[in-house]
Amino acid sequence: MSLPQRRAVLNLYKTMLYMGRDWPQGYDFFRHRLHKVFIKNSEETDPEKIRIMIKRGEFVIKEIEALYKLKKYRAMKRRYYDES
Amino acid sequence: MARVLVGVKRVIDYAVKIRVKPDKSGVVTDGVKHSMNPFDEIAVEEAVRLKEKKLASEVIAVSCGPTQSQETLRTALAMGVDRAIHVEVAGAEYESLQPIHVAKILAKLSQDEKVDLVIVGKQAIDDDSNQTAQMTAAFLDWPQGAFASKLEKTDSGLTVTREIDGGLEVVKTKLPAVVSADLRLNEPRYATLPNIMKAKKKPLKKVTAKDLGVDLTPRIKVVSVEDPPVRQAGSIVPDVDTLIAKLKEGGHI
Repeated sequence: MSLPQRRAVLNLYKTMLYMGRDWPQGYDFFRHRLHKVFIKNSEETDPEKIRIMIKRGEFVIKEIEALYKLKKYRAMKRRYYDES
Repeated sequence: MARVLVGVKRVIDYAVKIRVKPDKSGVVTDGVKHSMNPFDEIAVEEAVRLKEKKLASEVIAVSCGPTQSQETLRTALAMGVDRAIHVEVAGAEYESLQPIHVAKILAKLSQDEKVDLVIVGKQAIDDDSNQTAQMTAAFLDWPQGAFASKLEKTDSGLTVTREIDGGLEVVKTKLPAVVSADLRLNEPRYATLPNIMKAKKKPLKKVTAKDLGVDLTPRIKVVSVEDPPVRQAGSIVPDVDTLIAKLKEGGHI
């Protein structure tokens, strides 16, 4: 794997680990799943495929961020604003 | 350009199941995940957006509490705040710290730092007091816009859209002013890992309440903290007639 790609993958992994601390089912659950996924693709050597995977990883980070935001917003709305 | 002060509180994370201490003196906080009060995140976001729109020159975050409050300040710094002030209040003093004290601290800091706008969350999700913004405005004798769902800067001051019962109210204020953030004001950004790292280099000043000349003697005593009543279990009725009979009994039809 080329050096910039290697760095990008490591960054992805670190960022996701950091985000996993807020995962609803707990950090350990998230960490194990994350580790498995990264190990599964660790043999990949085709730079093009790796590029696509990195893109996918960045997309997943955005999705997790959106999930956390929505979850918090909904919790606050339910607690303080729903009159029913 | 305005200088903005935001108040942030470290509270038990919103997703944590709260447990009351057996002696009813408070809730269990040891070993429990804490994070920034969600309404304060909204306040921080609004201040940072003002800065990004070049309407604010500097954004300062303040937190009153034990050493761990610095983590909350780091989160604020990671979201884009320029510098932070940690007002250290620990132990028994922290347990009895009330909005009136925080308001006095914020008022004092606002004058010392010569800020033009104070933004705080409308309430904290732990004590739900909803008093700090109003009291701060009172101590400073500044106009206030509580429960803001929209904030606009005009030439002479601010236009604040407030969430009130059954609708919205628009108020115009001059600066300096105090604003409290409601849920719909904005969508706070996520403090990313690289930004948390960068935030470690931003300045964080530590002061005590005594330095600011604020007396932390409690004005209110917490008598007891109790669990909310448990929801009564429902029952399955065998047929429609029993259901109607039960509803009539309960006075619903």
